[in-house]
Amino acid sequence: MIELENVTKMYRMGQSKVLALDGINLHIQAGEMAAIMGPSGSGKSTLMAILGCLDVPTQGVYRLEGKPVEKLNDNQLAQVRSRKVGFVFQQFNLLPRTSALENVMLPLLYDGVHGKARTEKAKAALEIVGLADRIHHRPNQLSGGEQQRVAIARALVNDPTILLADEPTGNLDTKTGEEIIGLFQKLHEEHGQTVVYVTHDAFIARHTQRIIRLVDGKIISDVPVAHPLSAGTPRPEEAVAE
Amino acid sequence: MNILESIRISFRALLANKLRSGLTMLGIIIGVAAVVALMAIGRGATRSVTSTVEGLGSNLISVSSARNVRQAGVGAQPTPLYYSDYQAIAKDTSNVIGIAPVYQTSAQVMYGANQSQFTITGVTPEFASINAYTIAQGRFINNSDNSAESRVVILGSQAATDLFSGLNPMGRDITINGINFTVIGVLASKGSTGFFSQDEVILIPLETGYSRLFGGRALENSKRILSSISLSATNPNAVSSVISQVEYILRRNHGLTLHDTLPFSVSSQNQFLSTLNAISTTLTTFLAAIAGISLFVGGIGIMNIMLVSVRERTREIGLRKAVGARRSAILMQFLVETVTMSLFGGVIGILLGAGIAGIVTLTGLITTYVSLDVILYSFFFAALVGLFFGIYPAYQAASLRPIEALRYE
Repeated sequence: MIELENVTKMYRMGQSKVLALDGINLHIQAGEMAAIMGPSGSGKSTLMAILGCLDVPTQGVYRLEGKPVEKLNDNQLAQVRSRKVGFVFQQFNLLPRTSALENVMLPLLYDGVHGKARTEKAKAALEIVGLADRIHHRPNQLSGGEQQRVAIARALVNDPTILLADEPTGNLDTKTGEEIIGLFQKLHEEHGQTVVYVTHDAFIARHTQRIIRLVDGKIISDVPVAHPLSAGTPRPEEAVAE
Repeated sequence: MNILESIRISFRALLANKLRSGLTMLGIIIGVAAVVALMAIGRGATRSVTSTVEGLGSNLISVSSARNVRQAGVGAQPTPLYYSDYQAIAKDTSNVIGIAPVYQTSAQVMYGANQSQFTITGVTPEFASINAYTIAQGRFINNSDNSAESRVVILGSQAATDLFSGLNPMGRDITINGINFTVIGVLASKGSTGFFSQDEVILIPLETGYSRLFGGRALENSKRILSSISLSATNPNAVSSVISQVEYILRRNHGLTLHDTLPFSVSSQNQFLSTLNAISTTLTTFLAAIAGISLFVGGIGIMNIMLVSVRERTREIGLRKAVGARRSAILMQFLVETVTMSLFGGVIGILLGAGIAGIVTLTGLITTYVSLDVILYSFFFAALVGLFFGIYPAYQAASLRPIEALRYE
């Protein structure tokens, strides 16, 4: 359902050229839950950006649900972003001084959904993430975990093909982080949502079905997880940062 | 995404930071208020001056000696206006409704304990209609007053108050240079605020003046002279014809050829009025242009703040793009924000400017005039300023690349 074929991404940083992604081949089926790992500079953020249609490859093909998106123009990409992709960021990126409900409604606004339909969809999404009683709270009235859940609701609201998350637990304590990962798992198991997240934490990565490792812009391994951990499993003693 | 949504989003953003929005609008508010107030003052001054002149009677032509008007060129004789000139003009000029010869002098006027120096004007019966005076009490001077050289006097409304302090002057006697005159009429007020008050007049029959009051000063070469002659043309179009006729008659009477400089001033109120209007309009426009500069500066202020605002909201813009906002949506959002601020500032500025104009009117200096076209222009220009100065920041915002914007600190 997601097909990257020989995808390359090159940046120009000042005078020098940076090869962020080098010939990536990746297939992700509908309903999969996967983690992307790699050291700093491995290209994982770039890969997420391309998967999320926030950026286009310099070379190669990206097919989303069978349709190529690498040659789309800005406006078309924007439409794909509002309809097909749900993005969750490490820093939540909620609009301040705006209620949770209105934050969640944002993608619908840009997709031309109006009035009652918009409100209903947003409320439904907030219910799924367990914040039905906080819909009018503003970000500064919510805890970190709650804010990330609002962000997840926002990512879900327009029923996206894929839910992408870039270090979603990075700004949260371990316990809250576990809760968030638990939420991802629930979405995957109960709603069949395709989920891909980037993490540097192998323990978090083992909560998925598949771990893809990147180094220097290339995929060096892509293996299924034999026994995916479920949220709430206690962490082993040793530190697990890669 | 439609305009209505854009407007809602923009309002939300503006209300989120009321202090900043308010301060940004301040430039526009001051600029628009300045334009509105200054134009109201300029227009008001124009109106009061032109109404003064109009109050003197339209289609009016004034004839006077050049020595009064300092118009004569080198070599011109200081020629007086003779009573015989009046008689010739009255006989030979067509398209004239009425003609009023006038001689003026200064004299000491007294009633009881009140005494003061006044200008005494010797007039004929047509004086009232030609100069658009109406009688409030009693009657105006008539032909028998003139032929009998009666010692009767008409007072202007202000003169009556000055001398009689609220007492009814009708039938009472005043002295002019020691000579008794009976008040037979009081004029209605002309209410002019302007160069000279027309309610301070004191009028006596011209013949009475010549024989009893004016003395030798009213004679030159043993002939009676006049201070001026006023004519009322039948209609505005006839004015220039009347002027030509009068000039011709004066030349003929004084033995001058067409090439000699005419040592008299023959001019119409209309000419004066249009000169006045032109000067006034120029001054008012100049004032407005200066005020317009402050509006321009206000626009620059908006642009600055919006640029800062865009920079501060880089992450937010990146996020909006990430969830599906197109360039046009971002452009629209910021443009609407700017135009909303400038329109709002414009409305407040108009109200403030009108208020200032009102206060100026209350102080009694000038009666200001806030006209609809100034309000509309100001509103329109405020919107234009917002649009013009909002485009660059909006363009900056729309051009941000989502991933870079999201990573902005």
